[in-house]
Amino acid sequence: METKKKKVLVIGVIGADVHAVGNKILYHAFTEAGFDVVNLGVMVSQEEYISAAIESDADAIVISSLYGQGELDCRGMRDKCNEAGLIGIPLLVGGNIVIGKQTFEDVEKRFKDMGFDRAFPPGTAPETTIAALRELLHMDGENA
Amino acid sequence: MKPILLIDFGSTYTKLTAVDVESEQILGTAASYTTVQTDINDGLHNGLALLEKKTGKLDYAECFACSSAAGGLRMVTSGLVPELTSEAAKLASLGAGAKVVGLYSFQLTEDDLEEIRDLKPDIFLLVGGTDGGNTACILHNAEMLAKMKPDFPVVIAGNRTASRECKRLLEGVETYICPNVMPKFGTLNIEPTQKQIREIFLNRIIHAKGLSKASELLSDIMMPTPSAVMQAMELLAEGCEGECGIGDLVAVDVGGATTDVYSIADGMPTAMNTVYKGLMEPFSKRTVEGDIGMRYSVKGILEAAGADRISQISGIPRARVEELVGWLREHTDSVPNGNEELENLDHALASMAIETAVARHAGTMEETYTMMGQTFVQSGKNLTHVKQIIVTGGSLIHTKDTAKIAKYALYSPAQPMSLRPKDADIWVDRTYILAAMGLISNRYPQVALRIMKKELEHYGHSE
Repeated sequence: METKKKKVLVIGVIGADVHAVGNKILYHAFTEAGFDVVNLGVMVSQEEYISAAIESDADAIVISSLYGQGELDCRGMRDKCNEAGLIGIPLLVGGNIVIGKQTFEDVEKRFKDMGFDRAFPPGTAPETTIAALRELLHMDGENA
Repeated sequence: MKPILLIDFGSTYTKLTAVDVESEQILGTAASYTTVQTDINDGLHNGLALLEKKTGKLDYAECFACSSAAGGLRMVTSGLVPELTSEAAKLASLGAGAKVVGLYSFQLTEDDLEEIRDLKPDIFLLVGGTDGGNTACILHNAEMLAKMKPDFPVVIAGNRTASRECKRLLEGVETYICPNVMPKFGTLNIEPTQKQIREIFLNRIIHAKGLSKASELLSDIMMPTPSAVMQAMELLAEGCEGECGIGDLVAVDVGGATTDVYSIADGMPTAMNTVYKGLMEPFSKRTVEGDIGMRYSVKGILEAAGADRISQISGIPRARVEELVGWLREHTDSVPNGNEELENLDHALASMAIETAVARHAGTMEETYTMMGQTFVQSGKNLTHVKQIIVTGGSLIHTKDTAKIAKYALYSPAQPMSLRPKDADIWVDRTYILAAMGLISNRYPQVALRIMKKELEHYGHSE
């Protein structure tokens, strides 16, 4: 019997950010949930996400940012994906993606305007992200 | 006495080495012009006659050969992303002793096909996609290749999901399926492909290049010369049962047209505050600098190092350096022969050839500051801990300044990011025995290792 191909995620912490713990937790949570995870670790550039997504034929890119510079680091990511032929690939971002007193609605709107499909506030549980991935990848009722 | 004959069919010279594996010594060496255009045996017999004058008549028990004649093993590769599967394909081919004459990424175009036709590769290596990853690119490329009806064999070593389909698309072409060179993102698995490449070389290419005519003399083992050198270097570094090696090493062969660099060392980061970027590189790594050589590629050295540095090292005025380099490119068979100006220039050129080639081979370390403090980003191999450097090539052998030139392989404060050895013992292969020792390393590893330890000349420790 032919087994259904697992959905492939490319994950990593963007920019000059070395927060490794959350990245490892996400790796285990996504793998446990049945995804095939390509983990790029910390200090990942936009180009690295894109190259990895091309080679592994990824279904979605999940970006973490914990050091407050996420907005700068993520700018132009959607355009680069389009340029590289990854048209419409779901882009998700989460962590402490901005600093300063701002409502998350504003932050979310800015990231959506930048072409991200989902943006998550600090303290989001992996289950929330997994549920969003299932929705974005039309995986209702099936295992990853 | 059990004499064994080792032959290296080079592009210019056929080099012969007679070894007695019982007393573990070199009986003699000789060289004559390679005659691959007419009959390879002519050059071989001339060489044998020369060798016999030195050693007396010998009844050889075995004879092994390697070859880089008739252009060596010419390969073209195609992968998906340049720094990922395309790079993996390049590392696999170079490590197998090939000369990579064409390197393609993403989809092959009709223009690429025309180029490939002109390049006339001996083997094509088709890769792309991690296992379970992208299949579209490798399938497209297989289909494109099939259109040109290749008369060269194609090794398929990409996404395993697509391997069979590639083979079907290339029906009528000699194809070989190997495990993916990059099965998981960032992880290399190049040995099975390298083994396949060497087998194809053995079974097919030596016949196509007119080398099989010499085969009545050969008992076994025929490999590309760089592959033999790689085996010798692995043996010298790692040792074998009953004889210990000299540890991690870097070897540099400065030739007339190219400069080859080998490193047998791990080189992956060990410190906690170091992040590795890019492809994990193989323990045994070979790179070839096609633009760095003492004669045919002498202009590449000038370009890479700049006329000012060559002028500074040689003490020859800048304008004269440029003039002489141009002259050397036209007179590729010239040797300094006591001419002091040319000697000084060759000294500077060889120094810069070594510096450039080793810097390109070694990895780099960048220092960055993050919210967590100082962090280092490493890409490529960290060779700073390597304590042994082996050098060879005419410009290093025929000079008294070998150690001074070889020092340019080392770490320099002027290029702090380049991860070259910090301090090392310098060894010189004065008699060109490396390829020969690689050839006997399968059958007589202990003998090969002990002869290398004895014959390589120690040039002291440099910092």
